[in-house]
Amino acid sequence: MTQLKLLGTTALVLGLAAPAMAQEIRFMCYSDGNECEVYDDVLTRFEAANPGVDVIVDVVPYQAILENLPVQLAAGTGPDMAKVTDLGGLNQYYLDLTPHIDTGYWDESFGATLDWYRVGDRQGYYGLHSQLTITGAFANATLFEQAGIEMPGEGATWEDWAAASRAVAEATGTPFPMAIDRSGHRVAGPAISYGAQYFDAEGNGSFAGFEPFAAAFVGWNEDGTFARDVWASQGGATYQDAAQEFINGQLVFYYSGSWQVGRMDSQVGDLFDWQVVGSPCGPAGACSGMPGGAGIVGFEQSQNPEIVAAVIDFLAQEDIYAEVSARTRNLPAHLGVAAAGVEFEGASPAAQAALNAFAADLADVSPIAFAYQGYAGNRAMFGITVERLSQAIVGELSVDDAVARMGEDLAAAMAESR
Amino acid sequence: MTETTGQGASAPAPTHGRDSGASRDGLVLRVVSPLMRLVEIPMLGLQRLLGINRLAWVFLLPNLVLFGLFAFLPVILNIAYATTGGDNVLLADRPYVGARNFVTLTDCASYLDPNSCREDKFWRAVWNTTWFVTLQVGIMVGFSLLTAIVLNREIRARGFFRAVFFFPVLLSPVVVALIWKWILQREGVLNAFLDWTGIGGYNWLVDADWAFGWSVFLSVWAHMGFYTLILLAGLQAIPRDVYEAATMDRASPWRVFRRITLPLLSPTMLVVLVLALIKGVQTFDEVYAFTGGGPGTATTFIIQYIYEEGFAGAPRLFGLAAAASLMVAGVLVVLTLVQLWLNRRSADG
Repeated sequence: MTQLKLLGTTALVLGLAAPAMAQEIRFMCYSDGNECEVYDDVLTRFEAANPGVDVIVDVVPYQAILENLPVQLAAGTGPDMAKVTDLGGLNQYYLDLTPHIDTGYWDESFGATLDWYRVGDRQGYYGLHSQLTITGAFANATLFEQAGIEMPGEGATWEDWAAASRAVAEATGTPFPMAIDRSGHRVAGPAISYGAQYFDAEGNGSFAGFEPFAAAFVGWNEDGTFARDVWASQGGATYQDAAQEFINGQLVFYYSGSWQVGRMDSQVGDLFDWQVVGSPCGPAGACSGMPGGAGIVGFEQSQNPEIVAAVIDFLAQEDIYAEVSARTRNLPAHLGVAAAGVEFEGASPAAQAALNAFAADLADVSPIAFAYQGYAGNRAMFGITVERLSQAIVGELSVDDAVARMGEDLAAAMAESR
Repeated sequence: MTETTGQGASAPAPTHGRDSGASRDGLVLRVVSPLMRLVEIPMLGLQRLLGINRLAWVFLLPNLVLFGLFAFLPVILNIAYATTGGDNVLLADRPYVGARNFVTLTDCASYLDPNSCREDKFWRAVWNTTWFVTLQVGIMVGFSLLTAIVLNREIRARGFFRAVFFFPVLLSPVVVALIWKWILQREGVLNAFLDWTGIGGYNWLVDADWAFGWSVFLSVWAHMGFYTLILLAGLQAIPRDVYEAATMDRASPWRVFRRITLPLLSPTMLVVLVLALIKGVQTFDEVYAFTGGGPGTATTFIIQYIYEEGFAGAPRLFGLAAAASLMVAGVLVVLTLVQLWLNRRSADG
């Protein structure tokens, strides 16, 4: 009886003290669309189920995730958890969720994407892949129709699409036949289709086999097949997309990715018909896009690792994950959710078809692309690709010199990272 | 010792109560004196402890601390980063590499050909900065002088024009960059105008030479007002009687400009020139927001190179960035010393 009284008193004291000792979890989040807003909403349920826990979603620009977060983590002043895209690159700071989660459920639900967060001998459970993306192309079907030219079909090559897009642009007076986002990630799929290996025999990053794609891409920029504005109007490794040109009806073929579907859906509306046509094939035989996306990770430096793990595990549960995928219109990385299918909330039939087309394209993704996405040095390689390829496009370097410089830059970067 | 004791307390007290000003002073002193006594007590103790000569350091200490924290410490940290490698931000985790970063930056077959350099991006940035500073400073100082001379004359709406030329200086560099980007982009205002006139537009920011040229123009436009103002002040400081004497001697306007205005304005010109040079070398924000350093590396200047190596790229090469920034600091120190030397020479006549 005395023990019961003691327990009761303790529980009462703890209960009363709980609001005063609220455990605050800071979640650094960026949005491609409405992700942070949806997380904020969904996490109120977690807070309700866990009195005293306050999860604060700090919405930041994507640039802050890329540039500020790594510095904050290195200085020990980072948030408790964050939505990141440099999946393997920040592994050293990740909180290992293994002791706090049902690893069987995670293996079954997230499969291969778990490896994207693992590096070297740190082989635990670190990241919840919250949005799966895949690169692929959008085509302006109305322009093809107006030009009276048939859209290249299944198995069409980059050359086929280049010829068709040029013909459509010429026939309709459209300024740009093709464009691809200024990003090392975006050109990785096409480069693999042209024979890029991205890894040497020891599994280290490499630009071996990149030259055929580089030569073709530089040539397309020179002859006007690709919009020069996208790659040549910027310096450094700055990201630049061509979505606005596509939305404005100034572009026939736009190679970007599944995360653009929401934007196309809301901004193109009924101005013209568009459709997702996947990734064209290359001379190496592959028709690969590049997988990617973002994931939610916790950090070791958090004062409340158990709560951080609980928040991430909460978001990983099938019902919550399915709801977030539907509301944010992102492809699910959760195998159970993907198998059950997602009714994307508010998506038009065109958007729903586009997301399904992207999901179907996942089957064509080359193993090299999967490995490249999980490679810890991929961010360095993406940046190097953009810088040197841009220099070749504007004529500062020949294609051979640009590829040679890419190799040297990578060797220097890896030597510094070691 | 007795001389200094109670200096604050023995300040002259008002002796003539008739004057209201004096009585006010007396009141202030009556309030202040006890406070001064409060300060005096520890200061006297310190003086006994340190001696009167060393007491000066006590007064200098607050400024020295601030200067040390915000000027010397960053330089020391910069040297520490420049001599270490790796991508860790914490110095303790960074291996010492000696002069390796400086060697990497200066490893060139020919400094005139960036392609022959190991760190070609650094040398492209160096040469871009050199050309940019030469053109920008030359054009800006020339135009500022011309504008200052015009605005120094009795022209109509002189105040308005002075404000117009100074206005861009008040704008944020990013705003300046965005304004000109909107004007010059493919579907910008300028191309719309050129299309309307039938000349036809041009993709200015995709052409390396044009992008560089427009960067110089934008920078001149944004900063000219500041230097115009300094030169205007310099022109107004020239005594009028010198000009009157020249007029009486029937000197031509060109001769007056060459023999009177320019020589008497030269100290101000020197200040303008050196300030513009230093600011030119530091150019980053407006051009970065304007072109991002492109096309390729056509408008990448040295500060952008440092930023990208140290903070934007992956891995973050803090060592290389620190070494490059020390080299820039060296150039700026040389420029400042040249200014001091020229100033002294001009003061010595």
